[in-house]
Amino acid sequence: MRLPDKTRAIEEAIAEIKDGDTVMVGGFGVPGTPMTLIHALVDHGARDLTLVKNDANEPGMGIDHLLQSGQVARLITTHLGLNSHAIGLMNSGALTVEFNAQGILAERIRAGGAGLGAVLSDIGIDTELAQGKQVVEMGGKPWLVEPALRADSALIHADRADPFGNLAYVATAQNFNPLMAMAATCVIAEVETVLPLGGLGANEVHTPGVFVDHVVALGDLSEEYAVVRR
Amino acid sequence: MVARAAREIAPGMVVNLGIGLPTRVVNHLSADFPVCLHTENGLSGIGPTRGHDSADRNLIDAGGAYVSTVPGSACFDSATSFAIVRSGRLDLTMLGAFEVSATGDLANWKIPGKFSPGAGGGIELAQKARRVVVLTTHCDRAGNPKLKQACALPLTAGGCVARIFTDLAVIDVTGDGFALVETADGISATDVAEATDAPLALPDTPLPTF
Repeated sequence: MRLPDKTRAIEEAIAEIKDGDTVMVGGFGVPGTPMTLIHALVDHGARDLTLVKNDANEPGMGIDHLLQSGQVARLITTHLGLNSHAIGLMNSGALTVEFNAQGILAERIRAGGAGLGAVLSDIGIDTELAQGKQVVEMGGKPWLVEPALRADSALIHADRADPFGNLAYVATAQNFNPLMAMAATCVIAEVETVLPLGGLGANEVHTPGVFVDHVVALGDLSEEYAVVRR
Repeated sequence: MVARAAREIAPGMVVNLGIGLPTRVVNHLSADFPVCLHTENGLSGIGPTRGHDSADRNLIDAGGAYVSTVPGSACFDSATSFAIVRSGRLDLTMLGAFEVSATGDLANWKIPGKFSPGAGGGIELAQKARRVVVLTTHCDRAGNPKLKQACALPLTAGGCVARIFTDLAVIDVTGDGFALVETADGISATDVAEATDAPLALPDTPLPTF
């Protein structure tokens, strides 16, 4: 037996994304943001997208390219503080933004990836974040119902992978990537180093390849991945 | 005030330092002080901040500053990171503030119409850390008190703040409102009371200074 090879050309992997899709994008700041897949999605041109991403990167970086190109209708996120351009789009009404508490966004995605319907949480229950949310009583306490989140596609950045799509991350580039890599119908991973089968030890795997559909090998990394000199 | 706030950290604690002033507390902890610093983006055991030339492009804190690891650090995903916060494993968090009320309500994420970039992980930190302290200037840039009888801004979490460190004083939030604990060098209790928009209880004994 031999595990299937999922390595693809980047254009072939991105081609599955359609107008109106929901797309999850890994990353927290620069670390773990799939910069190359984002550029490929700009070139591909799918519009009216709903993006799910922790933050909006910074002006001229990461998902800001998709905001600049007008491909994004809606953004589900936790914090836009470093992207004044995204805040401007939100304030002008050009971009619909749904804010989530960061760990709750993570759990909603995890639930989506685990085949669950929702999670119960008391985070923000006394604040305006609770407005419009269903409340259930459990164990004598009120809980907010936080619906599971799934996407049509997920764009993932990993440090190492094998051709089957087993993924490993480094440092704080892990963040939302392993969660999103389980929560989409089509999971596309860009990878800094693709090792031969067996090159990534079974105990080193963070995301099992069964969750991953396409593996895209990165060549030399662009400047966008480098240390940001603010 | 940052040095004074650093003394709030007891040996053995797991601590999250919020974006802004609180992050600077790390510079007042000695290399051999036993503490585990946590950051929401997935690291326990934060080491000293790194300059651009020695930075690891994959190693930042939640504010985007380049940091380092220490022997024993661990990296994890965002779900695990907030499991640490929500399950009560975080002994202390130090947060910034727009307003703190006399009942310990905290507003630090939204000024309607002016500033609404989202709360990030702030709501979970404020609601679930075992002890929440605030590190802030006593007044805003226009000179208005940040310590008030009630918050006017949308809350991050209600009744969460135990202690406030400012440029003027250390103030506890008690069941009976604000209580003055210490003053900064050269600052009188009257100075602090005048800069506070709520009653301020004074101790019977002389006030320590910092």
